[in-house]
Amino acid sequence: MSHKTDVIIIGAGPVGLFAVFELGLLNIKCQLVDNLDKIGGQCSELYPEKPIYDIPAYPRITGQELTDKLMLQIKPFDPVFHLNQQADSIIKNEDGWQLTTSENIVIMAKCIVIAAGAGSFVPRRPPLENIHEFENKSIFYSIRDKSKFKDKKILIAGGGDSALDWTNDLASIAEVTLIHRRKEFRASPDSVSKMLELENDKKINFKLGQLTQLIGEDGNLMKVKYKNEDEEGEIETDYFLPFFGLKMELGPIANWGINLNENLIKVDTEKFETSTSTIFAIGDINTYPGKLKLILSGFHEAALMAQKCFAYCFPDKKNVFKHTTSSKDLHKKLGV
Amino acid sequence: MGIIKVKDREGGVHELKADMGSTIMEIIRDAGLDIEAACGGCCACATCHVYITNDKIEKLNAMDDDEESMLDQAFDVEKNSRLGCQIEYTDEMDGMELTLAPQ
Repeated sequence: MSHKTDVIIIGAGPVGLFAVFELGLLNIKCQLVDNLDKIGGQCSELYPEKPIYDIPAYPRITGQELTDKLMLQIKPFDPVFHLNQQADSIIKNEDGWQLTTSENIVIMAKCIVIAAGAGSFVPRRPPLENIHEFENKSIFYSIRDKSKFKDKKILIAGGGDSALDWTNDLASIAEVTLIHRRKEFRASPDSVSKMLELENDKKINFKLGQLTQLIGEDGNLMKVKYKNEDEEGEIETDYFLPFFGLKMELGPIANWGINLNENLIKVDTEKFETSTSTIFAIGDINTYPGKLKLILSGFHEAALMAQKCFAYCFPDKKNVFKHTTSSKDLHKKLGV
Repeated sequence: MGIIKVKDREGGVHELKADMGSTIMEIIRDAGLDIEAACGGCCACATCHVYITNDKIEKLNAMDDDEESMLDQAFDVEKNSRLGCQIEYTDEMDGMELTLAPQ
């Protein structure tokens, strides 16, 4: 499927969202791409309930509240979101850029704004030797089709909601072993009690410990070794599903030919443009002398970036600076 | 003010000046050592995982539920594992020895 817009924003965290506002005031339309299944970036994924104390005029606001308020603020500009997918590759053409996502959605735009924070969220991979050999054959970090697990031996690792929900779900069709480093779980109390009930009824096995080695051949897992304070052991298994949460990594952006400094994108402090013209980087992902990784700084960077995007999107128009308090034109755009 | 001794993943040992009011993670990060601390120190990831390797571990507050839960997302967790962002430096910790956990 293919889309056309003025600006593609990579990352739907607070800074990406506020960029929609600043660009919208200048009549610039945006589409956003984010690898998470929800809007809000780290604010929604890592600390939705944790208060932030340094957003101007909000003495205290949680990550989720900030996301919700930004969504309300940018509603008049009707941004399009492409969630659950990574910005994979870009090609330069006469009209600007063509970006393809990991779900094969193609978006055409004049400018790209990278507001990707600390990178995109990807599953945390256990640091076990040879794990790559088994991935997508007998090790999966997410499950699309559970029918292949029917009547098989499944090892699930982790203590959060994903680990326990899949343990409880797959217990009815497969021989499930859950392994976790302690007998306490951070998953929701309902899931925990259901899992303990299944264990009590011998419908699943529980092992205390941490994984140390994968054994198998040609991508087919046979055994997984583990250890705990008292013993070392091995578990026979056909499949292994590790659920250790998400981590952030720069991902495909690193291969786009943009100048980097240790996984951060170098920008100037006038326009926040990268070494590639018409590609900008704002928020935690960029670096410049004096950079502070604050949401506040990202908002400022978004406003200045938007000025330069205007020049690229409307080369024949003059941008007259206006305030939202007084401009009738801006009021119209905001629907107030 | 005191010092902490931090062993990096190549085995090099760094003596870092430590002030009250900073967390262990902040002291290590500001010294330019390789500690990811992806969430910035709000106990929402597990990328400031360290091992406390001498008896100064007795001077630390016990782990709370948040920290213990986040360690579930770390690997190679040992009895002396802690998250650097959850340890606020006090002078009692002067001379503490730590090792950065593998990435």
